[in-house]
Amino acid sequence: MSFHIVVLGSIVPDPLQTLEPVSTPQGPGLKNEQMLPAVLDPWAGHALYEAANLAAKTPGSKVTLVSLGPKAKLQQVMMAVAQKVPFELVALDGPAGGFTDAHEVAARLAAAVKALPGLDRTKLLLFGGWESASRGAGVTLQLVGELLEIPDQFQGVDQISARPDGSFEVLERVEGGRHQVSTCQGAPAVLGWATGNLPEPKNNPQIGMANMRLVMPALQKAAPAPVGTGGVEFASVQVPKVMRETRIVKDASPDEIARELVEWISKD
Amino acid sequence: MDSILLVSHVDPDGALPRAALEALAAARTLGAPVTAALFGHSVGKAAAALAGTGVAKVLVVEDPALEAARYSTDAAAAAALAKASGASLVLAPATSRMTRVMAGVAQRLGGRIDTHVTQLVDEGGPTAVRWYYRQRIEAKLRRKERPWVLLVDPGATEALKPAGGAAPPVEKVALALPAPRTQVTGVRSPSSGEQTIRPDAKVLFVAGAGWTKKQQDGKPHPEEAEALILAFLRGSGASLGSSKSLVDQAGEGQKVFEFMTHLNQVGQTGSTPRHAKGLATCCHGEEPHVVGWRFIRERRAVNLDASCGWARGKADVLYVADAFAVMTKVNALLAAKK
Repeated sequence: MSFHIVVLGSIVPDPLQTLEPVSTPQGPGLKNEQMLPAVLDPWAGHALYEAANLAAKTPGSKVTLVSLGPKAKLQQVMMAVAQKVPFELVALDGPAGGFTDAHEVAARLAAAVKALPGLDRTKLLLFGGWESASRGAGVTLQLVGELLEIPDQFQGVDQISARPDGSFEVLERVEGGRHQVSTCQGAPAVLGWATGNLPEPKNNPQIGMANMRLVMPALQKAAPAPVGTGGVEFASVQVPKVMRETRIVKDASPDEIARELVEWISKD
Repeated sequence: MDSILLVSHVDPDGALPRAALEALAAARTLGAPVTAALFGHSVGKAAAALAGTGVAKVLVVEDPALEAARYSTDAAAAAALAKASGASLVLAPATSRMTRVMAGVAQRLGGRIDTHVTQLVDEGGPTAVRWYYRQRIEAKLRRKERPWVLLVDPGATEALKPAGGAAPPVEKVALALPAPRTQVTGVRSPSSGEQTIRPDAKVLFVAGAGWTKKQQDGKPHPEEAEALILAFLRGSGASLGSSKSLVDQAGEGQKVFEFMTHLNQVGQTGSTPRHAKGLATCCHGEEPHVVGWRFIRERRAVNLDASCGWARGKADVLYVADAFAVMTKVNALLAAKK
């Protein structure tokens, strides 16, 4: 049994950047948003690496990354991501900011997935992050799943184990640092990934060269996908200014610090 | 005025989740009457627990197939309840079970959803407070579209304390659940052996990558670090969080603690837990100090860098000291107290 694994994921500002909200005619945005270095969203990255791992274990499978973001930024990020694992890219040219409405984004992504040439729903596994480092709502993937009428969804996934008959076992995060274990009869299904268990793959120039032959044309024919803030009215958008007065304790002995800590921990 | 529905699953033992009472408290701040909706294999106990909470009535879907937390059946039940209520605002606690389904439910209702709500206020209409960009930017927002589904984060609001008395009237909603393609086969703890994630703990202990680095003698001491951290968790009942750099070491083949998994990670790609107190040790970076403990009320840190820019301004107290020496003494004091 093979799968067509479609990964939904976009770009986010590099986590090391300082973010400052600004007002724009299109709604809230980030100061110098176009200038901020971008990376593939970390959760989407986990989903992509897990997809490639699953595809490698199930012969005949393939991975398609569907990404909605500013074309120029996508190109920069894909230069790096394409070195990691094999995939085909479908790019949609639109804003990737956190203040866009998940429902509008989901509608664009669902349409792009439906339009994938030769898409076989009986092989479709829709992957993505269960969160993101931008909007972080954790709903886009579910909405796309509903729009595609996929009956089975899993969120906070850390592991998938496919079986020869096409069924698979999924571990989903639940409360208390545990996993719920489920068995699904098979595709189609939606899997929103937490961090998974795989490290980031090392760069592989051969994979990079093969990917880039497809990535560049995909970027060139990226369809415009304008998305906005929907019916959301933002009453305020701000960085919290709370700074604590930190007491620096430099010359205390471990005994003194330990006593203070135990007293603090024990106090209700 | 909006009509409000609070929808929740019941726990496996039939009880009402604490997070549901928190979401109910958030709903009550809006001033409109609240209807509750519960689904599960047996909801009588949870419905009775709503006595004295001001809930006007309780809609229920009860079915043996709803014992398991599964998308297809849970989404069908929650959507049927929301449709039956006709509510324009649908609130739910952000448990893993409700988080899995409510976006799909919003889509089925033709509505819109916003999640990770930390506060609801009435400012010219229902207004939700939530964070963007991993707890870095806070926004207040309203929506024109209805129904508006809102997932309220656990731990953000004090749970409503039921006053007791007569239970609200219960109304059953008929529903034929779809035949599931997924079977839930159980719950598994991480292979690390020791359960170190304790959401109800008073203290969050955050371990950074410094625990596995070279110490004063020029050598790393991961076994000693492991023993110290475990002893502290056992002695204090704290929950364990970790920086990304530490949990990532496992994937890079370096020595990492047996009990540490990605589930422990707090910060950018980890969790943002809610505990009354947080103690960060050997951490240097934004993730544990800014993102990871955004919702930790009292914060202290132990590390060797007096000018650590991430702890300064973020922690209440920064102890400049060797965490190995300090935690050895802390553990001895905790053991003596017992």
